[in-house]
Amino acid sequence: MLSRRDVIIAACALGSLTVRPGRAHATPEFLEKAIQDITKGAPVKDGKVRLTIPALAENGQSVYTTVAVESPMTKADHVRAIHILSEKNPIAHLLSWHLGPRAGIAKVSTNIRLAASQQVTALAEMSDGTFWRDRRDIVVTVAACIDGG
Amino acid sequence: MDISPARISVPTEAKKGDIIAIKTLFRHPMETGYRVDRYGKPIPRRIVKRFSVTYAGDVVFAMDFTQGVAANPFIAFHAVAVETGEIVFVWEDDQGKIVTERRTLTVAR
Repeated sequence: MLSRRDVIIAACALGSLTVRPGRAHATPEFLEKAIQDITKGAPVKDGKVRLTIPALAENGQSVYTTVAVESPMTKADHVRAIHILSEKNPIAHLLSWHLGPRAGIAKVSTNIRLAASQQVTALAEMSDGTFWRDRRDIVVTVAACIDGG
Repeated sequence: MDISPARISVPTEAKKGDIIAIKTLFRHPMETGYRVDRYGKPIPRRIVKRFSVTYAGDVVFAMDFTQGVAANPFIAFHAVAVETGEIVFVWEDDQGKIVTERRTLTVAR
């Protein structure tokens, strides 16, 4: 009897046969470069940022992700942007949220795609030009079936 | 008339200075461009590129997307209630399709 799981695994395997050559996954080096492109070389400190993702995601196609940053969100001191980065997706820099003092609090949620079990990075850019980050490990059972899982 | 692909949850009333929670859901395939169809032909990429929210004369929230965002993107964020006015939500995809939605927030003193 063909189970739903078998069908999904077969579909992923089929995907890997038909994948076009020349497309690579992001690697930790790509991730470093993506961070460099955002920070322009400024140092990145741990803290202030809280990235909330499940420790285990059954479906990498849609992983609920929340980032909250400690900030008074005033004109003088606020979060300018939050970026989410991946070390194993085809693209390292998944998304950017642009905020300002009119946001009131720096807390944003969305659903992301993850191509594999990996460490996800949330990077916050403050109005004073400093950068802060949080990193979380996640196990993805069925990866976003983008190139055969 | 088409049914709007956008669903928005935003309060209709708030007190000045309140932080309001806004949630949006947008119906869109967010096609990665990595998949192939049953004949092995690549399915072209089609994603939302940018989402922005303007309220009382300022952009209060914006988002840049890649194919790393899930299909039918859901976004939850916040804004400070400053004055009675329209909150304008704009989604733009990489084929240039633009969807605009407006909601009025009434702010009591």
